[in-house]
Amino acid sequence: MGNSSAFWLGLAVAVAVLAALPALFGLYAAEVGAVFLAYALLGMSLAFIWGYCGILSFGQVAFFGVAGYAFGIIAINATTLTGLTLALLASIAVSTAFAAALGYFMFYGGVRDVYVTILTLVVALVLYTFMGQTAGGEWSVGDARLGGFNGMSGVPDLAVGIGSTGVEIGLLGHYYVTLGALVVTYLGLRALVNSQFGYAMIATREDEDRTAMFGYDTTFIKLVVFTIGGAIAGLGGVLFTTQNNYVDPSVFGITAAALPVVWASVGGRTSLIGTVGAALAIQFVDYRLALSGSEWALVVIGSLLVFVVLVMPEGIAPRLHEYVLESREDADSSPVPPDPPAAAEEVSD
Amino acid sequence: MTGAGLLNFGFEFVEIFAFIVLATVGLAVIFGMMGIINLAHGEFILVGAYATTFTFAAGLPLPLAMLTGVVLTAVYGLVLERLIVRHLYGRLLDSMVVTWGISLVMIQLTRIVFGNTAPGIGIPFGQLPIVDGPVYYLVLAAVAVGVLGGLYALFMWTEFGIRARATMQDEATARSMGVDTDRMYMSTFAVGSGLAGLAGALYAPVMTVTPEYGTGFLVEAFVAVVVGGASVLVGTVLASGLLGTVNAAVTNVAGTFMGQVAMLIAAIVAIRLMPDGITGVLADWRENRGESQ
Repeated sequence: MGNSSAFWLGLAVAVAVLAALPALFGLYAAEVGAVFLAYALLGMSLAFIWGYCGILSFGQVAFFGVAGYAFGIIAINATTLTGLTLALLASIAVSTAFAAALGYFMFYGGVRDVYVTILTLVVALVLYTFMGQTAGGEWSVGDARLGGFNGMSGVPDLAVGIGSTGVEIGLLGHYYVTLGALVVTYLGLRALVNSQFGYAMIATREDEDRTAMFGYDTTFIKLVVFTIGGAIAGLGGVLFTTQNNYVDPSVFGITAAALPVVWASVGGRTSLIGTVGAALAIQFVDYRLALSGSEWALVVIGSLLVFVVLVMPEGIAPRLHEYVLESREDADSSPVPPDPPAAAEEVSD
Repeated sequence: MTGAGLLNFGFEFVEIFAFIVLATVGLAVIFGMMGIINLAHGEFILVGAYATTFTFAAGLPLPLAMLTGVVLTAVYGLVLERLIVRHLYGRLLDSMVVTWGISLVMIQLTRIVFGNTAPGIGIPFGQLPIVDGPVYYLVLAAVAVGVLGGLYALFMWTEFGIRARATMQDEATARSMGVDTDRMYMSTFAVGSGLAGLAGALYAPVMTVTPEYGTGFLVEAFVAVVVGGASVLVGTVLASGLLGTVNAAVTNVAGTFMGQVAMLIAAIVAIRLMPDGITGVLADWRENRGESQ
């Protein structure tokens, strides 16, 4: 599926539909849609590290939120075009460095499996507590007040440029920038998981000790993957914060931390597209429910998670993929159904 | 340090130690005996707290209300184990994801059914002389020590304990020896749930009971389980002692929040030095000693 013309056609149609959304439903759809697309980036960062390298992080929101706060702090203090461009780059650098430091500490410290999962969650929860107690005036960096549970407001829009030449990205522009970032990140990750390095990642996921025996530095591989995941989550966080012009500690909270796990589990963690689709669909349903005044969104999301993991642990997209393969084999009715090469199947989307 | 300062530090330590032990022990029993990390641990605590506050508000005396909290949480855990968790034995990561889903549902359902606040309970027993704090914290510490002693007795001296430990060590052999391992898992999960409910019930008078009440226990519980390692009792006691000392010392000097931060830094350093937790180091040490003899 991953390389067939049908797949590329489907991808092109999906991107075209997403690109046409603001034209079809107006500016408001772009405003809401951009938030979902930023969430999709966050979900993709988890699918990448969990589905392809076996690192289950419950704290991807930590990088998402740290990048958001970092952008806010820098951007509020330097509202020039150059300043905003630097803020964009610096905030992604901050989340990347944070992921690298945490990853270094964990993976080179011999922390594995479930302990990684718990530590990442604890990091997110501690950031939540920390940001929550920054309400006082002493918690400000220059003009940027962290604001405790009230959050940091007045974060400027995204802008790119140097000196006086450049563009400030408005509402509609922001939607397309986010969509572009999502598509480019997806294509980049796809290329990465299909490369030599990608095979090493998957080998690490399948059996770390054996992969290490073959001479791969699995600790380094995990560190690199985790760091890339942190960078992507950070990119999502910046786009999220600039869309809302606001960030508050709830991005680190236990509910927010659960969402990426829900998207990746429901959509299928070994499918980047599946996770993106699940993120968009689930957040859309969540949004509609909230709009209609219903409080049941989290109950629905939580139950969906329990149901999917119990009934199809690998997620919806990989299950669909299997059905498609099976039905195609039946249609071919070739005497010997060709065995799909195992490795190719693991990385395909 | 003056006498009063020392006394304050001692009280701080007792308070934090009791909190970590009570917050952790239910999680540790389920993790250590069954290899399942229960992300809904906080919501089991929540069940205990709500059952306590509402039965107390309905006129039950406090100890009985707390007992109701414990029993209801144990029953609740039993039901959940039969319905969902038993499908997940041996699937550690899946079990974490599923229990997290359960946690989301429970927090939101609590909010829908009971609203954002619950009736309060006054702190019983009054204030201590000299150190600034309620007598109730000493009661909590006594209960924490009692729980640890009770668990030791349960797992070391009773028929049930032997069967449960056999199931944990080697399920296939235990079953071939006639142990109903399915039932062992079920009852261990109920014991763990009941202990979580106990934490919720005991802290209901001290902390404000809201739908997010359980989240307040999570950081301490997870950190202590990770630092402690797989051995339930020894790990919980040593980890609570270590983390409690660091937390109390820093809290005494720089306030509650810095105490928590210091505890986390201590935990990260501890995990860096002992990836398998304190009990992992103990196991290595025992092995080495065995070899040298």
